[in-house]
Amino acid sequence: MKKQKLVLVGNGMAGVRTIEELLKLAPDLYDVTVFGAEPHGNYNRILLSPVLAGEMSLPEIMLNDLDWYRDNGITLHAGRKVTKIDRVRRKVIAEAEDGSVIEAEYDRLLLATGSVPFIPPIPGKELSGVLGYRDIADTEAMIAAAGRHKHAVVIGAGLLGLEAANGLMLRGMDVTVVHLADWIMERQLDKAAADMLQASLEARGMKFLLARQTEALVAGEGEEGARVCAVRFKDGMQIPADLVVVAAGIRPNYALAESAGIYCGSGRVRGIHVSDTLQTVTDPRIYAVGECVAHRGTVYGLVAPLFEQGKVCANHLANFGIGRYQGSVTSTKLKVTGIDVFSAGDFSGGPDTEDIVLHDRQGGVYKRIVIKHNRIVGSVLYGDTADGAWYFQLMKDQQDIHEIRDHLMFGQNHLGDAGHKGENKAAAMPDTAEVCGCNGVCKGTIVKAIKEKGLFSLDEVKKHTKAASSCGSCTGLVEQILASTVGGAYQAVSAHDKPVCACTDLSHGDVRKAIRQHKLLTIPDAMAFMEWKTPNGCATCRPALNYYLISTWPHEAQDDPQSRFINERSHANIQKDGTYSVVPRMLGGITTPDELRRIADVADKYAIPTVKVTGGQRIDLLGVKREDLPKVWKDLGMASGHAYGKSIRTVKTCVGSEHCRFGTQRSMAMGVDLEKMLFGMWSPHKVKLAVSGCPRNCAESGIKDVGVIGVDSGWELYVAGNGGIKTEVAQFLCKVSTSEEVREYSAAFLQLYREEGFYLERTVHYVHRVGLEHVKKRVVEDAENRKALYGRLLFAVQDYKDPWAERCADDAAAPLRRQFETLEA
Amino acid sequence: MMMTELDKLTAAVDAADWKTICALQDIPVLGARVVHSVHGDIAVFRNAEDEVFALQDRCAHKAGPLSQGIVHGRQVTCPLHGWKFELASGEAVAPDIGCTRAFDVTVADGQVRLKV
Ligand code: SRM
Ligand SMILES: Cc1cc2nc3c(=O)[nH]c(=O)nc-3n(C[C@H](O)[C@H](O)[C@H](O)COP(=O)(O)OP(=O)(O)OC[C@H]3O[C@@H](n4cnc5c(N)ncnc54)[C@H](O)[C@@H]3O)c2cc1C
Ligand code: SF4
Ligand code: FES
Repeated sequence: MKKQKLVLVGNGMAGVRTIEELLKLAPDLYDVTVFGAEPHGNYNRILLSPVLAGEMSLPEIMLNDLDWYRDNGITLHAGRKVTKIDRVRRKVIAEAEDGSVIEAEYDRLLLATGSVPFIPPIPGKELSGVLGYRDIADTEAMIAAAGRHKHAVVIGAGLLGLEAANGLMLRGMDVTVVHLADWIMERQLDKAAADMLQASLEARGMKFLLARQTEALVAGEGEEGARVCAVRFKDGMQIPADLVVVAAGIRPNYALAESAGIYCGSGRVRGIHVSDTLQTVTDPRIYAVGECVAHRGTVYGLVAPLFEQGKVCANHLANFGIGRYQGSVTSTKLKVTGIDVFSAGDFSGGPDTEDIVLHDRQGGVYKRIVIKHNRIVGSVLYGDTADGAWYFQLMKDQQDIHEIRDHLMFGQNHLGDAGHKGENKAAAMPDTAEVCGCNGVCKGTIVKAIKEKGLFSLDEVKKHTKAASSCGSCTGLVEQILASTVGGAYQAVSAHDKPVCACTDLSHGDVRKAIRQHKLLTIPDAMAFMEWKTPNGCATCRPALNYYLISTWPHEAQDDPQSRFINERSHANIQKDGTYSVVPRMLGGITTPDELRRIADVADKYAIPTVKVTGGQRIDLLGVKREDLPKVWKDLGMASGHAYGKSIRTVKTCVGSEHCRFGTQRSMAMGVDLEKMLFGMWSPHKVKLAVSGCPRNCAESGIKDVGVIGVDSGWELYVAGNGGIKTEVAQFLCKVSTSEEVREYSAAFLQLYREEGFYLERTVHYVHRVGLEHVKKRVVEDAENRKALYGRLLFAVQDYKDPWAERCADDAAAPLRRQFETLEA
Repeated sequence: MMMTELDKLTAAVDAADWKTICALQDIPVLGARVVHSVHGDIAVFRNAEDEVFALQDRCAHKAGPLSQGIVHGRQVTCPLHGWKFELASGEAVAPDIGCTRAFDVTVADGQVRLKV
């Protein structure tokens, strides 16, 4: 088939990202031709600020160099501005500086012409030394001016203006920022935060003139006649200026489109009008993305929403036709090294909004969260922006926050406690500080990778640096570093609609729904039905799918061992040297002399190097060879402790009223009972329980997925505690009086988690997501539902066979044991 | 990998080095078996298309046993820290950098033959 022709006008961030997305989906569908007015490849425009500040160089900010175009068979006309679109003959006409003309025909056309700086009609604006701030040429002109001149004036104290002012100041100029409004960044910050920001910029030497209206730019005298020399204000004041940077806003660049008769709006919202498929409303062959676009009445000026547009647009260009762009919520961050400011949403307040404010002037911290009907609608943070991404996510998800209101101000729940010294201010950390304690990755390494490799998302940073890719406790810090490096270009993805992995666009919730609604029973069927993009998934999605299938359709869906992680496949924990550890089940932490003797004999017979008492009240045999596993299991004659599974682990118990002088309930018996009941329960993540015989709580029930505490009149139940990466105290669920009720309520809670939790989400994260109220409604208040949940859990675990016994039985089918045997060559 | 004419030719020449190790069915689909050899442990993989591949059973990162990883497409993910490798070449998938040795392996008459 003959390839269709796709022409892109505008070789900038949104347009080229769209092409990249398209190449991923349909690499051979089009012959692509790109026109760019600038004489470069595609570069990371947002990093012009660090270039100006002398923190980076131009080659470092290239995203797609000329080789990239060649390698992908794309014809690039750099330094050619398209001057006409002929919609009848379906071609574009471009001119070069030297007047030569090139034409290109299209079957589909993509417009991504970006914005132009808005220069207000002030007398003198055409003088030399007066610039906007948009591209490499502007940046180079500013750097050159800084080398020769002293006085710079920046008109406009928005994000762009302040970043320009900061850069010029670092290059040794004397910089004054002039602003029309009463405080700086008034579109992003409230006055309190703006005052703090202004004070810290002033401390670095920046000067401010607020509430000033510029009247004219004054030309110098003598041979430098046409160059600006001063700025004069309406009130008569005049200050010297050898360089004037006008950062008074941007305007969508739609002139070319409009001249071709494409609707570009009128009145307030101007820009190329597009539909949710990013097609222009006038001509369905013509698409548009980026800052030149007006979508549902909104024009965006930050990268993140443009990338979202690009993704949807590429999908339609690839003829897949799935997905609509429905607009974006944006957040911003100022990229001035060492200063942390964050803002998102609406913070202007109103009659039905409330504020939570923390203001520590001395400590340089200001936080304001604006709430409306129990939902966050805006936030402004200065000094400590650690939780910016979290607030932003809560805002995007429109999550009801009334339950967490009292600790909202004090932080994000998935920022871990362990492993990085409780450090939570990314900007204050030196480059040498370790961010990821698992993989030993420092802040400097992360920043460097983000800048040099042009990374924009957490997933990309994880892949390239390995930071946050193991235990994940430093995720919050890495997000902050990303946000402060790329500014508003970073957009936290909400866990609700984040795709499971690169093999699909569907989220965990979508996948689970499809499996339930369409009764999918095998991984190949599920992948076919949901149009998986890869032939058999990857190590991220297959285990998730397998869990969703077997938990939704117990005894019907097919469990696939090859889609389980090695530990669950080999029923033991793999060690760094490829040997395994074996943890036999020891119900409630109680053992017998006979079991201990067998454990000792096995350790001797198989020369097992380490025998250790675990934190879960049982005994671990570490360093067992793969080939020995079935023999070890057989000689132990004990059931698997599932210390390897996303499943029930242990039920920890204390001594309880059988022996202890304070005991009020028989905690050992209760624990053994629960552990037996849950044997064979697979879950989104591991599940741990504990039962204590009195409120002294020697079994640490306060940090378990389900914690049970005996009191004189019965039992108190706690849920969603965690003792690991994020230490979190369990929340009180309810009080019950009998042991049968303990079983019923615990099982019902765990079944709810099994049905609603996302794969690899522990109960603490699950309950944070859905809210304790939701759990109480279904488990405590609704007796019928509780019984139904309890019934479903018992059904799921019924007839579960101990995997060790199965695999070491003499008549075990060969395939079960084969994986442990080594072949010879 | 299917046997090409060239493979067959080379096979004939080096017949002494080709060793039959097991039947294709003895390797689980999307799984692997470990083979002891003079070159150390070798992981022999089988994918969903019944292609077989052989790699040194040592991850280029920290020597994890690739045989115990998850197989998908023509790649395997190491069980220890999740690096991915191309089964055909042993090369790590970008952005990771590294390589593990690949061995020649073929299937003939349902038997897996490894060149060691
Ligand atoms: C053996 C044991 C350490 C010990 O010697 O005491 C252990 C060993 C491992 N833990 Fe643990 N954990 C052990 C008790 C704990 C405890 C304490 C407890 O259970 O009372 C915790 C904190 C409590 C909790 O889970 O909330 C704990 C929190 C973790 C975490 C963090 C989980 C989290 O959500 O925060 C991980 C990582 C994970 O599961 O993803 C982990 C993961 C691991 C793994 C399985 C890592 C892995 O995938 O290889 C370790 C296997 C080591 C090995 O080489 O075999 N281990 N681990 C303990 C086994 C208990 C048992 O009998 O089953
Ligand atoms: C200094 C600076 C700092 C920034 N910081 C941030 C930040 O921290 N966070 C953030 O999210 N955003 C930031 N931005 C904004 C961000 O860079 C833009 O949102 C983004 O680049 C817009 O992408 P685009 O593709 O729509 O436009 P552009 O990237 O501007 O690309 C449009 C391209 O089209 C070309 N073009 C225009 N007309 C024609 C024509 N007729 N023929 C051929 N070519 C044409 C232009 O020359 C240009 O190269 C910053 C911008 C600047 C200037
Ligand atoms: S046993 Fe747990 S805490 Fe110790 S090194 Fe392993 S995962 Fe980390
Ligand atoms: S040893 Fe394979 S990824 Fe680390």
